[in-house]
Amino acid sequence: MVPITTVHYLVVAAALFVLGVIGVLIRRNVVIVLMSIELILNAVNLNLVAFSRMWGTIHGQANLQGQVFAIFIIVDAAAEAAVGLGILIAFFRNKETVNVDEIDLLKW
Amino acid sequence: MNPGMNAALNSGMAPVATPWFFYALAGLAVLSGVLVITLRNAVHAALALIVTLLSVASLYLMLYAPFVAGVQIVVYAGGIMVLFLFVIMLVNIERSSKERRFNRIWPAGLAAACALLALFVSAFVKGKALFMDRGMPLPESSNTQQIATMLYGEAGRMGQYTFAFEIASLLLLVAILGAVIMTKKKI
Repeated sequence: MVPITTVHYLVVAAALFVLGVIGVLIRRNVVIVLMSIELILNAVNLNLVAFSRMWGTIHGQANLQGQVFAIFIIVDAAAEAAVGLGILIAFFRNKETVNVDEIDLLKW
Repeated sequence: MNPGMNAALNSGMAPVATPWFFYALAGLAVLSGVLVITLRNAVHAALALIVTLLSVASLYLMLYAPFVAGVQIVVYAGGIMVLFLFVIMLVNIERSSKERRFNRIWPAGLAAACALLALFVSAFVKGKALFMDRGMPLPESSNTQQIATMLYGEAGRMGQYTFAFEIASLLLLVAILGAVIMTKKKI
């Protein structure tokens, strides 16, 4: 069995990224579009942590900058999910729909 | 303890990361990712996303990042996905589980995503030599301590990312304010 290298993790992250992009472009339901954005952010996190493992040590200690970056991205995903879902609730109160192609109030 | 395992430990290879764990977890992550974007019911899609998040957290454990795995499980799967489920129940999209799943221009979206996938595949095939695997087994026991040193600093100095940490907490405060104001009936 071939040993697991960094490229294996990058391929998994690329697959998750493409699945997230497909979900954002294709689905009608806004909540599922937001969940696909979370898939994209997870793919980026996996990339960062895989690269942080690849780069070994710096000054004799483990180089953990990729992992710290991943933690900040998780924080940012939480903030963005909260605000995005708040916008969805505020809109749902007006129009009673969660489909992206029915949210077209700008073309009155 | 067979001599083959001793040789693997001495040569610096990761002793616990067998390929079967990786393929099982990676397959589970990709499969539940497909389920997230294709399931009709939004609650089922949220549960599939929880499975994806947990398998990605297990992949972090394989990459010698136990603190990020813990943060992923507690914050992402335990906080953000619960928020998603609350909003799904609030919005009450029972009716939308009987409507069309995909919008009208889905072939264009699928073609764009396939172009992106072709770009990734060509990058991995051509640039395989760029990602040399150093293969150093990082110590797991001091991982949290080292991340804390980078975030908070030590011995009276500020850490490398202390300023970014404070900005991140300010970002969370702004996001909480925004979410509360957006969902009030009368501002």
